[in-house]
Order: sequence, then C-alpha cells, then structure tokens
Amino acid sequence: MTTVDPTLVPLPVIIPLLTAGLTLALWKAPRLQRIFAVAALAAMVVIGAMLLAGADGGALVVHLGGWQAPLGIDLVADRFSALMVTVSSFVLLCVLLYSLGQDIADGSPEAPVSIYYPTYLILAAGVSNAFLSGDLFNIYVGFEILLAASYVLLTLGGTSERIRAGSIYVIVALLSSIIFLTALALIYAAAGTVNLAQLAVRLPQIDPGVQLAIQILLLLAFGIKAAIFPVSAWLPDSYPTAPAPVTAVFAGLLTKVGVYAIVRTQTLLFPDGRLNDVLMVLALATMVVGVLGAVAQSDIKRLLSFTLVSHIGYMIFGIALATPASMAAALFYIVHHITVQTTLFLVVGLVERRGGSTSLDRLGGLAKASPGLAILFFIPAMSLAGIPPLSGFLGKIGLLQAGVQVGSGLAYIVVVGGVVTSLLTLYAIIKAWNKAFWQTPPEDLPQERVPRTMVVPTAAMVAFGLALTVVAAPLYGYVTRAAADLTDPSVYIHSVLGPDATQEAS
Amino acid sequence: MIDTAPALVLVIAIGAFVISGVYLLLERSLTRVLVGFILLGNGINLLFLVASGRAGKAPIIGDGSESEMSDPLPQAMVLTAIVITLGLVAFVLAMAYRSWQLHGHDEVQDDLEDRRIARLAAKNAPAVYDDDVDDAAGLSLDDQAADVRDETDDSEPATPPGPAEEGPSS
Repeated sequence: MTTVDPTLVPLPVIIPLLTAGLTLALWKAPRLQRIFAVAALAAMVVIGAMLLAGADGGALVVHLGGWQAPLGIDLVADRFSALMVTVSSFVLLCVLLYSLGQDIADGSPEAPVSIYYPTYLILAAGVSNAFLSGDLFNIYVGFEILLAASYVLLTLGGTSERIRAGSIYVIVALLSSIIFLTALALIYAAAGTVNLAQLAVRLPQIDPGVQLAIQILLLLAFGIKAAIFPVSAWLPDSYPTAPAPVTAVFAGLLTKVGVYAIVRTQTLLFPDGRLNDVLMVLALATMVVGVLGAVAQSDIKRLLSFTLVSHIGYMIFGIALATPASMAAALFYIVHHITVQTTLFLVVGLVERRGGSTSLDRLGGLAKASPGLAILFFIPAMSLAGIPPLSGFLGKIGLLQAGVQVGSGLAYIVVVGGVVTSLLTLYAIIKAWNKAFWQTPPEDLPQERVPRTMVVPTAAMVAFGLALTVVAAPLYGYVTRAAADLTDPSVYIHSVLGPDATQEAS
Repeated sequence: MIDTAPALVLVIAIGAFVISGVYLLLERSLTRVLVGFILLGNGINLLFLVASGRAGKAPIIGDGSESEMSDPLPQAMVLTAIVITLGLVAFVLAMAYRSWQLHGHDEVQDDLEDRRIARLAAKNAPAVYDDDVDDAAGLSLDDQAADVRDETDDSEPATPPGPAEEGPSS
C-alpha cells in the first residue's frame, strides 16, 4: 500500500487559488496566463491521482492550522472525495485545453481573456474545496467560491442573451445559498458544531423533528444545485447560453457538487434514511420529466441540458436506495456522467463551429462532411443512452440491480422508470444524430474545418470515457469500497476524530 | 450548559427581515430582488446570533471569566457570510446595471420554455411538428425559438431570421 503524505490534501484548493491570483496579475501576458493555468490544473490532476491512491488505504485528514478536529477546520480526502477531486481536475484540465484551443484558433476570442483564466481557476478551487472539506460551513464557502466564479463565467461578455439567462441563474443560486446558510444556523443552534464528523455523532441525539427540518433544508439547498425535479427548471434555461467550454464544465461538475453534498450529508448525518422514499419519488420525477423535456427539444444544447437533469435522477435513485450496492453504482454513475456530459457539450461546441448552428433543423449531413466529428459525438452519446459495453450501461445496470435487490414496490417502479428514461434518452439522442449527422446537408453548410487544437482535448475526453469501460472492474471495486465507507458513518467519524471519538464527543 | 432561550427582539427582527426579504425576492426587478436578498441574508445572519446563545463578553482570553464569554464561532461564520454577501451584491448590481444598459430595464425575463409554451398555447399550435412534412408558414419551432430569444419586444410578430433550411424528407 502506498503511503501518501496528508499534507497533499489542501493542495487541490491552494494551487488553483494562488495561480488564479498570479494569472490575474499577469493579465497583460496572455501566453504566461495560459501556461500557468494549464500547469496548475495538470498539477491538480497529479495530486488528485496521488490522493486517490493514498485514500484507498484510509482517509487522509488534515487539520488546518494545527487546530484539532472539532475546533478547527479539517480537510478530508476519503475514497469518495479523492475520486471526485481526481475526475473533476481531469475534466477541468481537458476543458481548459479546449478553450485554449478555441482561443488559439480564433485569434480574437469573444471572451475577455484576461479574466477568463483566473475565474476558471477559482471555480476549480471552489469545486475542490467543496469536495475535500470536512466542515459543513467550509463546504458552504466552497459552494460560494465556485458559484461566484460560475456567475462570472456564465455572463462572460455581458451579451443580452447571457444577462437574461444569468439573472435567472444567479437569483436561483443566491436563494439556494441562503437556504444552505439557514440550515447551517439551525444546525449550529441545535448541535453546537458544524464539523461533519462531530455532527454525525451529535445529530442523532437531538430531537427527531428538528433533525427532519434540518435534513429537508439541506436537501432543498443541495437539490437546487443538483437540479432535482421540482427545483430543476433553472438549468436547461441558463446553461445553453454560455460559451461551449463553460457549459461543458458547468454541466459536468456543478450539478455533481450538489449531488456530492447530498451523498455526504445523507450518508453521514442522516443515516436512518427517513426521507429515502421521498428521494425515490423525486428521482423518478427527475428522470421522467427531464427526459420528456429532452425529447421535445430541437436545439441540441438544450436537449443535452434536459438529459443532464434527467440523469441526475439516476444518482438520486442510488442515494435513495441507501444500500452499499446502490451507493457504489451511484458513485460510478457520477464519474460516468461527469465525463460523458462534459464530452457531449464539448462535441456540440465543435458541431456548432462546423455546422454554424446547434439547431437540429439547420444541421444535416455532418457524418459525411466530417466523419471524425461524427465518431466523437456517437461514442459519448451512446454511452449516455446506456448502450453496452459503454460506461453508461455499466452504471445503469448497477443501479437497476441494486433497485431489484431492495425489492420494494417503489423501488420496482423507479427501476421501470429508469429503463423507460434510458430508452427515451436513446430516442432523443438518435433524433439528434439523425437530424444533425444524417439527412442531406443544408445548402449553406459552412466549409469551415474544426481546429485540431479543439479536437484533441475532446478526443482525450472521449478516450477517457472509453477508458472508464476498460478499467470498469478496478474502478467498480474502488467505488464499492468507497460506498462501504459511506454507508458506515463510523469510518468517517473515526478517521477524523480518532478511534474513541464516539464516546468522547457525546 | 448554554442558555439557549433566544432574545425576543432578535426573533422579531429576524421575522421582519425574512418576511420583507422573501416579498422583495418575488419581484421582477433585479434591484428589488437584490434588496430582498440583502434583507434575507441579514435576517439569517441574525439567526446565527440566536444560534450562538446568550450574549456575553468579548471572547478574548484573559478578559474576564470564560463562562461569561459569548460563543465566537457563529460570529466568525456571520463575518464570512457578510463578506460573501458583499461580493455577490456587487456582482448582482453590475448585472442589473448591464441589464439596464441593454434593455432599459432590469427585469428578470421569463424562462425560454415558458415563453415558448405560452406562445404555442396562444396559437393553439401542436407542441411538436415535423418541419419536413408540413410547414406552410415556414415557421419551424426553431425559428420561433430564435424569435423568443429576442426579448426586446414581446408584441413583435415572429420574424424568422432567414429562410428556413428545409431538409428534404429522409
């Protein structure tokens, strides 16, 4: 077993934050900005991989500033966190290279470059902070960091369209932050701590009614961020307007941070699962309503945004079942979905360049005009729809199996809903494929070539998605171990507070 | 054990802040929404004071007995929340100003999908139709979408941005 120094744990937060400052200071030298930004994210990928290896031998815990756990803020890289950090850094790196390729290809980029890289790095820092934090208030800070960065990225350039979409996005996000803050105040009032491990010890001792109120508030706050059905309407409206790389990274990561927070709080703080049936119904509604929205769309970006909402339902289903098998499948699905959704949005960016539009009515014949692009679209699209042997199939089959194992009536209903959603996703994706890649090309199809600097990062993402299938066995083993940790809160408590914490803290 | 009974004044103030905050959040104008957000945020900040329990002396070691001190942690959290709110308020103000520059108002616009559905309902048109088969008006759903995106004027009749490219039936 490799031993990894726990002092590495804060680096995925520190490196991008420092580099963000550096790149902002270097606003006059775009070349240096690019080099530093790429180097920072590459370093994050390496550190993430080391954490991934290290966390497999037990959670890595750092008490910031030397203050011991319940008093100070701690950063915890357990298997789940390390996995999320690694995958998200890789995705962030690929998307950064893609946008860099876009800048190089365009010469005069539409976005004000001088703030793009710093903001992007701050987003990366916020995402890592939310994943690694072992303190609920620090998770709130991580959310705020990444949200503030996302507001700027979404409204880059300040065009009329983006301001319209941005106002809705910002207000919804502000509201969810306020709800999160309210939950934090109530938690502190009820339990006297916001440290996750100590909360896990103390929360079961407080009044069940108060517990339920806190659980609902947290679920609502994270549910808005994760775009779960009744509070998901903001997503398909705001994401498609942003520049392609920004949409890609939002679609891949931001909702998953919400899902991560739901997994963390549901498993650690509320292991008795009183809301699991509610979550199950919400999962079903998210899947079905989302995919029906996707079927009705004729713009490929909007279509993908709706499938994004729809497939969040699968993860929520895994969380709601709350068995080790379902949790493992949900974690695998999160990794798969981050990859595939980001890839698809990147490919759509390429389609937009090649075909001059993302509207399915104005595209056509792309399979003949640029076969490489067709392959890049086809593989992640089939993975999203869950065609074997791609990773989407593996994640879905795991979830459905876990649902059947639980065997309650509600679980069976959601399993059926999941299969139907999968088929409808296939239908929506095939419709997009049929209209954009087959059919006769429109007469005014631009003769532009897709720049190689953008194709290479996209191809890397597609390859990563394929690699998920190839290494599925070890990866599934890893998420199974991670899920075993998650379903037993004492593992987390002991690794943060020490072995005799359960008696001492209470 | 900490005395957890909150001061009545705080509770009333929180109620007033949250009520007016929620009311303003439901408005259309971004500036009002912003004021609502600030009020709501301040209400929640006061909630942290309630969470910290009984008011006491400044929590500085050597400045009185420890049992009389107030809990410093919620104060630190409130401070963090205030700083975050400040940054976000600056951003929303900039966005409202930009919206005013572009549109002459700072109202939050409708969701695209809502508009599209409202428009289709007004025309009593089917939600989805195949523009390969019937599209005498040359007005595909997509052209409407493009038109909906133009939010400067609601009453404008739909003007397709260009001739609709009709793919022959496959």
